[in-house]
Amino acid sequence: MGMKARNLLDRLFSGVGVLAIVVMGLALVLILAPIFSRGAGAYIFKATVEHRRMLLERFERGNAEALAAEAEAVREARAPVYAMLARYAAEDLAGLSGREKREARQRLEEVEDILQELFGPMPGAATPVLPRQQYGATRWDRAEVKLDRLLYVETWDYSDSGSMGQQVLKPRREEFAGTALEPLFGYVETHLEAMLRPEWTFYWGFLTDSSFDAHIFGGIWPELVGTIYLTLGAMVFAVPLGIVSAIYFAEYAQEGRLVSLLRTCVSTLAGVPSIVFGLFGLAFFINTMHVSRSKSVLAGSLTLGMLILPTVIRAAEEAIRAVPHSYKEAAVGLGAGRWRTVVTVILPAALPGILTGTVISMGRAAGETAPIIFTAAVSVGKVLSPWETLTQPTPALSWNIYNLCTEHEAVDEIRHVQFGMAATLVLAVLLLNLVAIIMRARISNKLKG
Amino acid sequence: MSPATQDGRTGVDTGLGDRFKPSNVASGREDVPPLHDILEQTEAHVATRDFSIFYRDNEAVKKITMEIPMRLVTAIIGPSGCGKSTLLRAINRMNDLIPGCHTTGEMRFDGQDIYDKKIDVAILRRRVGMVFQKPNPFPKSIYDNVAYGPRLHGITRHSRLDEIVQRSLVQAALWEEVKDRLDTNGLGLSGGQQQRLCLARALAVDPEILLMDEPTSALDPRATTRIEDLIGELRGSYTIIIVTHNMQQAARVSDLTAFLYEGVLVEYGPTKQLFTKPREKQTEDYITGRFG
Ligand SMILES: Nc1ncnc2c1ncn2[C@@H]1O[C@H](COP(=O)(O)OP(=O)(O)OP(=O)(O)O)[C@@H](O)[C@H]1O
Ligand SMILES: [Mg+2]
Repeated sequence: MGMKARNLLDRLFSGVGVLAIVVMGLALVLILAPIFSRGAGAYIFKATVEHRRMLLERFERGNAEALAAEAEAVREARAPVYAMLARYAAEDLAGLSGREKREARQRLEEVEDILQELFGPMPGAATPVLPRQQYGATRWDRAEVKLDRLLYVETWDYSDSGSMGQQVLKPRREEFAGTALEPLFGYVETHLEAMLRPEWTFYWGFLTDSSFDAHIFGGIWPELVGTIYLTLGAMVFAVPLGIVSAIYFAEYAQEGRLVSLLRTCVSTLAGVPSIVFGLFGLAFFINTMHVSRSKSVLAGSLTLGMLILPTVIRAAEEAIRAVPHSYKEAAVGLGAGRWRTVVTVILPAALPGILTGTVISMGRAAGETAPIIFTAAVSVGKVLSPWETLTQPTPALSWNIYNLCTEHEAVDEIRHVQFGMAATLVLAVLLLNLVAIIMRARISNKLKG
Repeated sequence: MSPATQDGRTGVDTGLGDRFKPSNVASGREDVPPLHDILEQTEAHVATRDFSIFYRDNEAVKKITMEIPMRLVTAIIGPSGCGKSTLLRAINRMNDLIPGCHTTGEMRFDGQDIYDKKIDVAILRRRVGMVFQKPNPFPKSIYDNVAYGPRLHGITRHSRLDEIVQRSLVQAALWEEVKDRLDTNGLGLSGGQQQRLCLARALAVDPEILLMDEPTSALDPRATTRIEDLIGELRGSYTIIIVTHNMQQAARVSDLTAFLYEGVLVEYGPTKQLFTKPREKQTEDYITGRFG
């Protein structure tokens, strides 16, 4: 091969390598950027007066006097709307009868529904049972969507049979042309800010508040705590067991059939799909061992622990094997027994590697969904005390992200929660890794001298 | 202060001490007594009889019978792969770590068969210390490196440990260089310092024998000289057995030299005599550089 060809090949090779890394980085950015930017919307958004009212009533946070003043101003801004509604009912609706009246009332109800979603219950109405009907739009971004729905009626045009139906937006004002309600739409459009008073808010409570009414209000504290419990629990089971197994494999086991069989088992275990672990956890820990009567954090932690055990064993074994043989010789040469050597010399030297493996598996445990579906996760729950984790199930970020995206009755209303959860989970795992990297660097430096 | 009085041993004089100063040997004094005289005047510290070492079926050391005198320096030389390390590591049973390694014949240390089932290897290894070819301090502080052995054997009192650490570092001629940074990592020292640290670590448990497997082969000439000087100072207090590839080194530091070839002990005698008037043809070929 000529020099030119060799150089070309070299360049090609490094080019492909760089390309792969760039593609990976790009993919990461493409995935993370939207998660973080949209997830940030759960913490930082334009909150309306409804949000502040909700916070004061439900979490007893906020300035009651300021809110009272605000409520007064808002009432004034909203008053014309309700006056128009009353006039419409009294003047226009009263003059109709029969089918026309029924249709007009239906149209009115549609408007009233949207107005309730925007501003909460009508003045003088009884307090509704569902919290979501007790408050209007708490977020300005949602309010704008609702305003659109108020202003325009969505209809579908099927006149062209060759294509699918086409969405047509018709101003709702036209439906009420000539009535007392006609000016309402223009009024709401121009005065919406005065009626809701949006303000940029940093809602740290998203992290530390419990949610209510199926996550429509509040934060993700129980989910976060649940994830922390499950992850720590999995660590408690997997790390000691994993390190001891690794020590056995690396230091004690005499290579033989039994040991290679054990090794194969560990490798196989590492490749088992996580849903299988979930089913195993249900069948073994709950149905057979009865660690708890039903789903519980304990059962979930055990299952997650099983899931990450192979990773911990492998990482720890590799780290232990990477400890220079000369350290061991030195210890043994001074009269240290096997166990003493392991504890005083080998484990400390292997610590950075073990730590890395542990944290990687911690991130995995925090993010896994399938193993806890049957063993620990519920969609709604309260924050558990450590004692309750032995018997009670918990919500958890991973499972709730899935659950809120697929099974929630008002998926669109809680997009911010879904993204907020995802961003929080990703951020937590990234932080964990960062801590691990720093700790690893520190310990390595200490070992290097 | 001489190390001999520092560690509380009776000032050892083999009666041969002066005559066998390594320098004397190297400078070519003629009145070197023959081996049997030396062995008669000093006790044998380690004695083997028909001692063989096997790696599975491979006999790496073959039926060696030799006596190693107390508190002198004995060198083991021979071409690569002849079994020097294997023989040396047998003396504190480091070969136990290697699966499939076993021995036949007997090896006595202070009259006791060290391959006896009743022997506690931990105690044996405390009494028979070892310094390895590549400096291998633990990734711990200098202090913890030296204190490792004493702690292992149950010494926990701080004052006592401080004392041992200082004494050992002084003995290893490292004290002056590191006394202000005992809490820094041992791996931060230079190669030569690391090797002296390893020597201090070995001395801290108060051994009777020091095994050294090519202790200077990873060091530069200056560091090598320091270690050789140290061996000269420790001689008389400890029985030192050193494996070396460097024949000048063997001639400089040792009283006795054993020449091993393909696992067989070809010749064993006073260093001076072995290097000037070898009895065996193979020895002569080796020391004159005709092979090896
Ligand atoms: N762990 C081991 N397993 C099997 N055979 C070994 C092992 N260590 C050494 N041997 C064999 O034993 C023989 C002697 O080895 P040894 O290391 O004692 O030689 P040496 O004289 O120290 O050589 P060198 O000067 O290169 O250090 C060699 O043939 C070697 O292949
Ligand atoms: Mg060797």
